[in-house]
Amino acid sequence: MANSSATKRSGPGVFGGLSHLALFIWTILTVAPIIYTFLSSFKTNTELFGGRSLALPENFHWDAWGRAWETSHIGQYMVNTVIVVAISTFFTMLFGSMAAYVLARYRFFGNRLIYILFVSGLSIPPFLALSSLYKVVDNLGLLGTHAGVVLVYVAFSMPFTVFFLASFFRSLPDTVAEAAMMDGASHTRTFFQIMMPMARPGLISITIFNVIGQWNQYLLPIVLLPGDKQDLWLITQGIANISTSAGYEADWAALFAALSMAIIPILIVYVIFQRQIQSGLTAGVGK
Amino acid sequence: MRHGKLTPSALRRYGFIVSFLLLPLALYIVFFVSPNLQAIQLAFTNSRGISPTFAYVGFDNFTRLFDDDVFWAAVRHHGVILLAMPLLSLLIALFFSFLLNLGGGQRNGRMAGVWGSGFYKVVFFFPQVLAVAIVGVLFQAILRPDKDGILNSALALIGVDPVGWLIDPDLALWTIIGVAVWQAVGFYVVLFSAGMASVPKEIFEAAALDGANRFTLFFRITIPLIWNTVQVGWVYLGIAAFDCFALVQVLSVDRGGPDNATTVLPLEIWRQAFSYYRFGYSSAMGVALVFLVLTFAALTLRVTRRERIEF
Repeated sequence: MANSSATKRSGPGVFGGLSHLALFIWTILTVAPIIYTFLSSFKTNTELFGGRSLALPENFHWDAWGRAWETSHIGQYMVNTVIVVAISTFFTMLFGSMAAYVLARYRFFGNRLIYILFVSGLSIPPFLALSSLYKVVDNLGLLGTHAGVVLVYVAFSMPFTVFFLASFFRSLPDTVAEAAMMDGASHTRTFFQIMMPMARPGLISITIFNVIGQWNQYLLPIVLLPGDKQDLWLITQGIANISTSAGYEADWAALFAALSMAIIPILIVYVIFQRQIQSGLTAGVGK
Repeated sequence: MRHGKLTPSALRRYGFIVSFLLLPLALYIVFFVSPNLQAIQLAFTNSRGISPTFAYVGFDNFTRLFDDDVFWAAVRHHGVILLAMPLLSLLIALFFSFLLNLGGGQRNGRMAGVWGSGFYKVVFFFPQVLAVAIVGVLFQAILRPDKDGILNSALALIGVDPVGWLIDPDLALWTIIGVAVWQAVGFYVVLFSAGMASVPKEIFEAAALDGANRFTLFFRITIPLIWNTVQVGWVYLGIAAFDCFALVQVLSVDRGGPDNATTVLPLEIWRQAFSYYRFGYSSAMGVALVFLVLTFAALTLRVTRRERIEF
């Protein structure tokens, strides 16, 4: 990555030309769908269906955005998702790092077994437990509540979070923690005031990983927040629903506006934090 | 302030261990471990919905699976996805990451990527942060079968008739694979770039000095050096090939259609459970899916194991 800053002439010759062409084509393939969606939100239905769908909109009408905002409840879904993901990522990181820390740095009977119990969850697809999870959450009276979603998100995020953070805590030097204990700091205090700050790079990566993973989750919300709880829905199920719901059949511009509303905040966050996001997401596979 | 020389007693130590493990472990057991174990139990019952009464039916659900055409269609689709999706994603990503890191040839005696490689990495990665559900809706509009779909409009410029991307049963699965590749490539470009960055630059420079052309550099030097990363990517994409739930559920016509031409096991598991309330049968499918995923993982690890090159 560092070499991208070494700017000089680009490599000459046919190879250079072809590689730029390939890169340019993939850039278009990546960007065009998103730009098209954005532009289409300003079009009228005649512009969308008159055989000129590649043309720019004649006027920038914002009224589709107004209709989308009112009928699709995107704002509500966004607020719901922010609340759910903020709380569940917080508890994922708190519980995940507590368990990972103890498993990584304390020897006791059962340590290995508990670690394997957490990590084996990595190889189980979430689809196995769908019916039984629904039953468990329903029996606890948590079906159709944000609390239920948060608890399930935290539990399902544990295997990866514990796996990654345990290896991170293991890599930290022993001397600092030992010195702190010598000075009379309790185990708990050593953890929160010494080890957590030392583990910051790992914690940041995994926080980003969990925020994006939970934000993009689709399966669990549609199982745990059924159709009669529409005011509690999360952004992914709201967006998936608008493409099938009746009001949009004749109103594609509003669909594109709603889609743009869901994409633009992500785009802004991504552009600002792209370096951290890239390393946070790839850290997961790199292990 | 406590300054006394207080060696932590074993009791305090165990108290600490228990207090730190209790909540995470309890939550994990209640909402992850126990549902998974119950699912295995459910797979041997005729449980329907949340009704508390059900009977054990032995292997009935599994014998029914063997006669279920939709189940076998889904398994076949996973086979196709498993062959095509990782291969296409990895090849395209390897090609681009090579261009972006080493394709610029030598500059001031150092290997470098083509001009603008930082920009390309940022753009290519973006689809990865979009939710699959959003990608599904996005491509529904792009791949509309009529002449006003954006892809068909673009193809019309070069004289191609409208293509039924998602409504043609022979094409629909490939269209969905294409969208999955579209979303995956950028992630692996970044991953492989990190792999290439960790290889000492002298190796590439020495090869270039020895007269290796770009093809040799790519196939004989770069790929072996980052083989470990490629292998990890293969396992990761292979496991993803057994998912595809959100993409198929949102993007395909009739959820897995047309006529089950794109259905996948996770979709059938979900449909059996929440459209037909056949919790027992759905769980049996879940067990079959886990079996397939674990078999794939075990086989891949065995086949692709290869000496790691240390540097």
